[in-house]
Amino acid sequence: MALPSTETVECDILIIGGGMSGCGAAFEAKYWGQDLRVVMVEKAVIERSGATGEGLSAINCYMGQRYGWNTPEDFVHYVVNDMMGLAREDLVYDVGRHVDASVHLLEEWGLPVWKKDNGEYERIGRWQIPIHGESIKPITAEPARKALGAENLYERVAVTHLLTDANDAERIAGAIGFAVRENKFYVFKAKTVIITTGGASNVFRPRSVNEGLGRTWYSVFATGSAYGLMIPIGTEMTQMEHRFVPTRFKDGYGPVGMWFQYFHARVTNALGEDYTVTRESELKKYAPYGLAVPTPTPLRNHQMFMDIRDGLGPMYMHTEEAMQNLAQGDPAKMDQVRNEAWEDFLDMTVAQALTWAAQNIAPEVTPSEVVLAEPYIMGSHSGEAGAWVSGPQDVSPPDYFWGYNRMTTIQGLFAAGDGVGAAPHKFSSGSFTEGRLAAKAAVAYTLDHVQEPTLSEAHIRQLQETIWAPLETFAKHRGVSTADDINPNYITPHQGLVRLQKIMDEYAAGTSAWYTTNGPTLERGIALIEMFREDLQHLAARDLHELMRCWELVHRAWVGEAHMRHMLHRQETRWPGYYYRADYPDLDDANWRVFVNSRYRAGSNQWELITKPYVNLVK
Amino acid sequence: MPTYVDPHACNACAGLEQGPLCVYICPNDLMVLNPDSRKGFNQEPGMCSECYACVKLCPEEAIHVRGYADFVPLGASVQPRRVEQGLTWTVRFRDGRELQFTYPSRTTPVGSSDPYKSFTEDPTQDLRNQSLAGESLWLGVDYLPTLQSNP
Repeated sequence: MALPSTETVECDILIIGGGMSGCGAAFEAKYWGQDLRVVMVEKAVIERSGATGEGLSAINCYMGQRYGWNTPEDFVHYVVNDMMGLAREDLVYDVGRHVDASVHLLEEWGLPVWKKDNGEYERIGRWQIPIHGESIKPITAEPARKALGAENLYERVAVTHLLTDANDAERIAGAIGFAVRENKFYVFKAKTVIITTGGASNVFRPRSVNEGLGRTWYSVFATGSAYGLMIPIGTEMTQMEHRFVPTRFKDGYGPVGMWFQYFHARVTNALGEDYTVTRESELKKYAPYGLAVPTPTPLRNHQMFMDIRDGLGPMYMHTEEAMQNLAQGDPAKMDQVRNEAWEDFLDMTVAQALTWAAQNIAPEVTPSEVVLAEPYIMGSHSGEAGAWVSGPQDVSPPDYFWGYNRMTTIQGLFAAGDGVGAAPHKFSSGSFTEGRLAAKAAVAYTLDHVQEPTLSEAHIRQLQETIWAPLETFAKHRGVSTADDINPNYITPHQGLVRLQKIMDEYAAGTSAWYTTNGPTLERGIALIEMFREDLQHLAARDLHELMRCWELVHRAWVGEAHMRHMLHRQETRWPGYYYRADYPDLDDANWRVFVNSRYRAGSNQWELITKPYVNLVK
Repeated sequence: MPTYVDPHACNACAGLEQGPLCVYICPNDLMVLNPDSRKGFNQEPGMCSECYACVKLCPEEAIHVRGYADFVPLGASVQPRRVEQGLTWTVRFRDGRELQFTYPSRTTPVGSSDPYKSFTEDPTQDLRNQSLAGESLWLGVDYLPTLQSNP
């Protein structure tokens, strides 16, 4: 096989991904490790890459310690309850105690935060502050780019695999990938690697399948590479069965937080009923979590889902009622509310504003449909899938600490953001903060481990042939058929994506299965995804753009398989409203208030699933 | 579509060092130049999140968005224009109504950030403690909480 040239980049710390957590990691690493070579690799351009590239209308993780609003302990109580009893308290606490400083820095760098007349931050919820956040990503990226230096930022390079040490498979040694816009491989040789890449959209079949495939709720750029990179080298993962199903404005997937929390809008069914009232008794089944205030997100989904399942839709968000209540007949006040309502979408989900305009929806007059979206697997926002990492030394119990904050079970491999499991509710500011936490610990690790890693040339050559194979497959077999898309020897990345989404939707409790599955259905899904993983060796790509799509699909497939295996292991229904195990329909705290962890063993192609104890730290 | 390029307005960013800015910025590698016409186009509409990164950056305002064919009726448009440290949006409804909004995007000039300005943490002495860079200045409270200090 003729392969393109290879550029080898040697560095001390390699940051993979340039989203919020990656930019936080770069900024922090260069402060503590001024003499270290810190390199970032990113598949796009960091000013607009990642889940916040489009912008945000709020920061959803802010304690307000300086105002006396919340303590990190308050945050732990809230997060654990919202997750129905399962989150790593040490990791959540750690984000909570540091996050305010990150938000204040973003403001210093130019992020416009809404202020009250007394100069304090405005609030839209207990943890949420509104921002004019269209440019949050370029504002975050700028100091990271400056700190790194242009020569240490490799953009438009897609990383496909992590590399472990030739003499020690439990130690990281770097990563490999290819340039998206020129024929070239990159090999990064690094003592320390920080994974800050994304969670996974488009693993499940979305509600919109044609052009709308791009309008997934979580960023379409988030391909699950955080997991797709870590799982194959045997990194221990946790809570991969968890998913987030957002309630959002229908189809455009515009945010609802501002409407619920700031405008105090209600959602009703076709009969005008409010499910939080009519389905209130349902919460008792999920005590103690269901009885706490606020009601956990999955249980609010569950209540709405019961209405939808009973044929009581469509569900309407009463924007008109909320806006009229706020304006109280004052035209100037209505102008202000209208301005705020449209900004919520224009700052972060322009497609929803376009959907409103195209459907002639003026929100002060017409209510808007809301819907339960397809599932997403992520470690940030309200998800908790990701790597099992060490916590901070001063907080974590012995079971949760092994030397360096946010280090995975692979020596020298750190994670942040979507890559860290059991640490939910980070959102943008918390992910940026977690990148910083990981980077500071990574600097200490790097100074403690000066020995150069050893790369296996043979293994790199083998990986390069694997990475390049889809281009070779297309060239070799295209003559068999008059149509590029129909060929018995290969599948295209789009065809593979559709197949993955069908398996996940139908066997792993997607929207068409009413978020419901059981053990035998999952076992059948796993059998099909094992065949699918074999077929991924027959992907074909016509160009580098499609080659990138091929490797994104491989990463998404790892996510899907891990998700199903974890779901099969957890024999209960812990998050109704996210998914239901029909064979274990109840929450079972006595047996299952534990973390489900897994390790994939490449040598035997086997998955090992275990549980880890829950340690309560904050009383 | 969802982004589309007006062929009469696109000049392929002639003279710009980074090349065509839509190609430069697209987070999903969608915008490319047609080698024959030398005009930009979206090569994979089903992977476009209508994030507007290219629309906001296009110096000729040549890029527009036709909403997702799956669910967006025809006839509306949402178009931004970059103004001093912000954006002005023009929202045109299917029935012809038009709204205009201007929102700030940032409070500082692009390029003006000073990453570690006035930070006091010592990169060697403080490396093993729990403080992040700049927290003595920016945390907003006197001490970083620990579980012991906040029982």
